[in-house]
Amino acid sequence: MGTATAPAAPAKAARKPATMAQALNRALHDSLAADPTVHVLGEDVGTLGGVFRITDGLAAAFGPERVTDTPLAEAGILGTAVGMAMYGLRPVVEMQFDAFGYPALEQLISHVAKMRNRTRGTMPMPITVRIPYGGGIGGVEHHSDSSEAYYLHTPGLQVVTPATVADAYGLLRASIASDDPVIFLEPKRLYWGKADWSPDEPETVPPLGRAVVRRPGRSATLITYGPSVPVCLEAAEAATAEGWDLEVVDLRSLMPFDDETVCASVRRTGRAVVVHESSGFAGTGAEIAARVMERCFHHLEAPVLRVTGFDIPYPPPMLERYHLPGVDRVLDAVARLQWED
Amino acid sequence: MARSSLASGSGKPATRSGKRPGTTAAARPETTGPGHTPPPGWRPMTDPAPLLPDPEPFRVLGTPAAADADPVLMRELYEALVRGRRFNRQATALTQQGRLAVYPSTTGQEACEVAAARCLGERDWLFPSYRDTLAVVARGVDPVEVLTLLRGDWHNGYDPAATRVAPLSTPLATQLPHAVGLAHAARLRGDDTVALALVGDGGTSEGDFHEALNFAAVWKAPVVFLVQNNGFAISVPLHKQTAAPSLAHKAVGYGMPGRLVDGNDALAVHQVLTEAVERARGGGGPTLVEALTYRIDAHTNADDATRYRDAADLEPWRAHDPLVLLENALRDRDLVDDAELRAVEAGAEEMAAELRRRMNADPVLDPMSLFDHVYASRTTQLREQAARLRAELDAEEA
Repeated sequence: MGTATAPAAPAKAARKPATMAQALNRALHDSLAADPTVHVLGEDVGTLGGVFRITDGLAAAFGPERVTDTPLAEAGILGTAVGMAMYGLRPVVEMQFDAFGYPALEQLISHVAKMRNRTRGTMPMPITVRIPYGGGIGGVEHHSDSSEAYYLHTPGLQVVTPATVADAYGLLRASIASDDPVIFLEPKRLYWGKADWSPDEPETVPPLGRAVVRRPGRSATLITYGPSVPVCLEAAEAATAEGWDLEVVDLRSLMPFDDETVCASVRRTGRAVVVHESSGFAGTGAEIAARVMERCFHHLEAPVLRVTGFDIPYPPPMLERYHLPGVDRVLDAVARLQWED
Repeated sequence: MARSSLASGSGKPATRSGKRPGTTAAARPETTGPGHTPPPGWRPMTDPAPLLPDPEPFRVLGTPAAADADPVLMRELYEALVRGRRFNRQATALTQQGRLAVYPSTTGQEACEVAAARCLGERDWLFPSYRDTLAVVARGVDPVEVLTLLRGDWHNGYDPAATRVAPLSTPLATQLPHAVGLAHAARLRGDDTVALALVGDGGTSEGDFHEALNFAAVWKAPVVFLVQNNGFAISVPLHKQTAAPSLAHKAVGYGMPGRLVDGNDALAVHQVLTEAVERARGGGGPTLVEALTYRIDAHTNADDATRYRDAADLEPWRAHDPLVLLENALRDRDLVDDAELRAVEAGAEEMAAELRRRMNADPVLDPMSLFDHVYASRTTQLREQAARLRAELDAEEA
């Protein structure tokens, strides 16, 4: 992330405001254009352009054989994608919403995740499964789940989730190019957030498996990902009023997990809070907290804390704000990091 | 295929009340004007009549058609059946000797297994279930590699891309959408590859069966589904599995032809599958074939079939044995003599002896390979875990 001082290469596209949805759309477009084996399939991804318009215009540009409206059956979509991958194609599947992806779990767990291993490497599964996930958009039941822990508990899968416009583009390109399956979790409440961005900037294509320090700080580390990254950045700004200088680590890739970046940060700050939207019990934060304590115990000034959604089914939209970890809940946890010592 | 008379424009529009067309004389609303123009009339998307299976299972053996059957094909099928039965017996024996963890036998179903392998061309793909070891062996894959799953030294022993055989699939019917996707991909790439997917009667109750057939029909994918209806899903008989007129009838609901065939008549299964494969190759789309057969052995060596069926139930099926049926047809036409039959038996014995010999060698195990193929390259975490196992192994050796 060093700031370049050398004269820039000939300018390509200028930076201009773009949404995460636009960046994802551009990533799909560029992947389809770059590699004829890439195929996009899912419910409503063709003519409509997806219910979130992430595939907008792709069917018109690449035709219905490259961008395919499938029958409404998630296991069938992913199951046929397995067969397409067996024949050398590189399918990009859209699950319309987080909770609609569950019918495909058997195909995912029993075949997508295991095929390379089962066949001793002769049958890789270069499949990307895009899943809009998380709450905060006023969705009714079954439209706001954070399902990352289910996928993370399945060896053979990679689990990736962007928090910025630039990462949305770069991580999706990298996921589609990966020879191993990727669960690509798109934080739907960040779809319409804008940032100045150009897809031609080299740093917009990060490697999978590398976390990034979004905000350097010295007092404590907030370890987070996806929709909770902006929450943590806002909390870090607010914390300056209390005299805390918080570091924010955006994991970007939950599997492969970047122990190195996380532990380097915690060893510097001595304190850590893991923040995510999904339920805490047996969740992603439990794994991260355990890893940090196993690796950084002698650097820790306080137990690693977690700020997560409650262990309840995702609430109805009029109650979701009581469930979602917000700035105050993050700051409350920071306050409990044994500063009196 | 004949165009549907209904689809070609003679269908009557549905009434607003939802009554079936033709149920009343005044079904067709004639009123026009604002608020009175009916929507376009309902008509079936596909004429169901040509999709229906024959009322009786298709047979060749025991019919006049047997007299015209290709003698070379008959001899080859017979030899494959004899070897197939011997293979089943040898594999079951290997479970008793502890050389296989488990073996789901296809004794009684050899005609289906052999025909499934033989109806395919070199470029075609086979998608077997866990019971279809024999079909994969009959396709020419090294039997020791095929038995890797059931021996347990790895999950799959052969290279699917090189053999054009998908891994034996244990989760029921989950291999069917794979076959559809592969066939679809082949068509998109302009190849004339066909996929044949195997499933049992129990597997037709799974959601993946439904989704695979639906996708196949919508995409007109070059895929053939062979259901071996062997009467039981472990212990559960067909009447507890389905209320459909037959499993072949299920095809009609998806808009593809269903074909019913005597699964113990090797010539009939071979003919029906060959026709379905060539139909798929020619762009005609998928076919569902139901082969009526019987699982003579228990579900696996670990099962006790006496708990759910009587020995007497097997008698009619033993009399309708695929080997006996074909041998009788060969003898009826004087196509074989005793010496030839003995030679076929001897060849099968030789195959079994070779399999025994190879399976009696202990497989070479490499614990470190557990980490090799989880991902294209090991993650940091897997590198750490591999180092831990390496240290344990080194300590054991020291």
